[in-house]
Amino acid sequence: MPTGREAGDSVPREQDSLAGRTSTEVRDEAKSVEFTYRGIFQKTLAANLCKHVVMAARKRDWLGSTIQRYSDSPERNGIPAKQFAVIAPDTETLEQHMAKYEPNELDVITVLDDTMCDGIESWAWYGRQPINVRLRRGGTLLVISNRPPEELLRVIPQKPWDWTLAILPGTPSMGGLWVYRDDGTDMRVLGAIASARPDIFDLDSIESVVRDDQNLGEKYLTALKSGHDEVQVREVKAGEGKEDDYEPVKLPGWREMREAIIVEAVRPGERNPHYKSSSDRTMRPVVNFDTCIKCRQCWIDCPDECFEISPEALHPINYEYCTGCGICANVCPVEDCIVMVNDLEFIEEGDKDVFPMWKEDKDAYHEWRNEKIERGRIAHENFFNADTWAK
Amino acid sequence: MTTQETRREVKQEEKLMTGTEAVAQAVKLADVEVTSAYPIRPYDGVMQAVAKLIADGELECEYIVAEGEHSQFEICKHASSVGARVFVGSSGVGWMYAMESNAVTPSLRLPVVAMIGNRALDDPGAFGVEHNDALCVRDLGWQLCWVENAQECFDVTLMAYRVGEDPRVSLPVGLGVDGAFITHSQALLQIPDQESVNAFLPPYDLGDRVLHPDNPISIAPQANEDWVMEIRKQTDEAAKRVKDVIWEAHNDFKELFGRGGDNPFFEEFMTEDAEYVLFGMGSLGLPAKVMVRRLREQGEKVGFVRLKWYRPFPDEELAEVLGRFKAVGVVDRAYAYGSPQQGGVLFTDLRAALYEAERRPRMVNFIGGLGGRELTPEMMDEMADLTRRAGEGEDIPVVSWIGVRE
Repeated sequence: MPTGREAGDSVPREQDSLAGRTSTEVRDEAKSVEFTYRGIFQKTLAANLCKHVVMAARKRDWLGSTIQRYSDSPERNGIPAKQFAVIAPDTETLEQHMAKYEPNELDVITVLDDTMCDGIESWAWYGRQPINVRLRRGGTLLVISNRPPEELLRVIPQKPWDWTLAILPGTPSMGGLWVYRDDGTDMRVLGAIASARPDIFDLDSIESVVRDDQNLGEKYLTALKSGHDEVQVREVKAGEGKEDDYEPVKLPGWREMREAIIVEAVRPGERNPHYKSSSDRTMRPVVNFDTCIKCRQCWIDCPDECFEISPEALHPINYEYCTGCGICANVCPVEDCIVMVNDLEFIEEGDKDVFPMWKEDKDAYHEWRNEKIERGRIAHENFFNADTWAK
Repeated sequence: MTTQETRREVKQEEKLMTGTEAVAQAVKLADVEVTSAYPIRPYDGVMQAVAKLIADGELECEYIVAEGEHSQFEICKHASSVGARVFVGSSGVGWMYAMESNAVTPSLRLPVVAMIGNRALDDPGAFGVEHNDALCVRDLGWQLCWVENAQECFDVTLMAYRVGEDPRVSLPVGLGVDGAFITHSQALLQIPDQESVNAFLPPYDLGDRVLHPDNPISIAPQANEDWVMEIRKQTDEAAKRVKDVIWEAHNDFKELFGRGGDNPFFEEFMTEDAEYVLFGMGSLGLPAKVMVRRLREQGEKVGFVRLKWYRPFPDEELAEVLGRFKAVGVVDRAYAYGSPQQGGVLFTDLRAALYEAERRPRMVNFIGGLGGRELTPEMMDEMADLTRRAGEGEDIPVVSWIGVRE
């Protein structure tokens, strides 16, 4: 199948996957479903989802398989990672689609944490990738989010063809290290896929899978139904969304690489330009520079050395290196001096340094900061928040 | 680099030493800066000898007793990365315990020199020689050589530093020394003076790869599949350069010290008009040569070829030489369970090396001397006989176990 790829470009730019074929042909071909998730916190969630996509396909005698495109083994906390489910009507078609580790084209990309909508960089690939980079023509991007589609489309890149943005209202479900938070999110997502993409599986199929599973009961069916009914669908036109400036990273050949597994290290007082890690971040610290007592605890404890020292002995943050771990907010002895805020509240600001804003106009800074905190405050002890069965 | 004039100036002193003491003498003259030790027979002779040299004030060297071989090899690997010339060693399962460190040393391109006092892998706990311990790194980028006597222990240790530390190579070198037969037997050998060793062996210089606060680098960061093949390819390019570097070192060594034979990779013994030969490495050279002389007196056209460098494997050179004979009997002190022909490690490699050769001799394999069992001249007679008959077209089993009780 011609993909229109440029030489050396690992990502398809243009596809004609739907062109010239009937809807029946399209419905009958193999489907690839991606789950983009936060490493460790959502690993089991993504695995459950993949498993159920295949089990639902079995209900109509299709075959399937799943792949963990691991970020690391064990994965690192919060680093974006992917798992895939591929389903097909027969072995030959399935093998054809499984022969490549990461599918080139995805029918559905499910984003289990909306803070990944502005791009992801993982252990498993280099450079920040757009969240929808492999979404095929007419594909569906399903996001768990409490944000309206317009807000998400400010960070999700445009595509040269029409696609669908589906939003399942909710807060991302995060388990702890190795701990799976069974809060019904998997069922709600499956219900949402059944609603948005019945060509992959319909509600009857997935309900039937749940009924067959002795470990699952009535409340799982209720969660399926709630996901099915609550998902909101927004058609996105070609060219709609953030302007796409994505360039795949060009990796050096063995002759260009330094020998002996050596990389340049960081000189004292410098930061490594290659180790920016902000796509790991789900939340970020915002600082009240007026209540800071200059104890330096944040500067000392930050594992990524994000904190600078200003001439006033205050600590501006270099957000390019912040992974949003929350350690600074935890160690800060002053109440509300460092507050963790949902990272999607900072679409305008990006990774820009906000210290000059405080220097210039303290009142405006506080007004800005208070608004961010009001909209997106994440109490650190409740980091593993989620929609619950009570919903 | 050396002239006739300087060669005359080389002073050599005759000494009676065990193989491990000979290695320690080379360690001293190579001015090794860091060594780490953990006792296991038969390697431990060298750790005692080096300790004594330091205690006697003959060698200034950091001597770190580790709590196990894993740490022992890690210590030396890391010392090598900060620019120290290192010496390390072990035997049998001790060497295996260090395998996590050993496996990554070639990719890190750190020219660690290790003596492996070859020992059977436990269980059962036998102290005697078997080559499977050292051979475990044969595919990982280690350069491996085997020696025949105390003189070679000394000579090849110096060669190991010269070859391994060459900037074109920068790979670890393992020196296989047959347990007991070489490690624990004394022989007369020539030890050159410090000045001539300095002329042969330049100082260790890692250049811009040295780990130092003034040269901030990060060694061995976590990498994924986007990088590993390129790293393997780089290591392979270095490994392919080793043969040329060995030739250079060999020529210089020979010019300076007058030893080393015609070619650095293997020794040919009475092969000129030979019709069949035995082939092997390590201490079996001694009984094999006794056998050859004895059978020659009876008119047999038999010879012996002893492999010195197993990695790099001198495939083209061997194909040319062994192609002259009707039959080659490979004596293996390392058995490879389930391998092609159910034979030994050396046999399997040599067969692969000769596959493309224009003239291929008949090849038979002898498994013998495992776990430290002696390979006697009489056993060599038996192997020579089988090899001769194979060369004459007789139906001889491809692999025979020699000296095993039925």
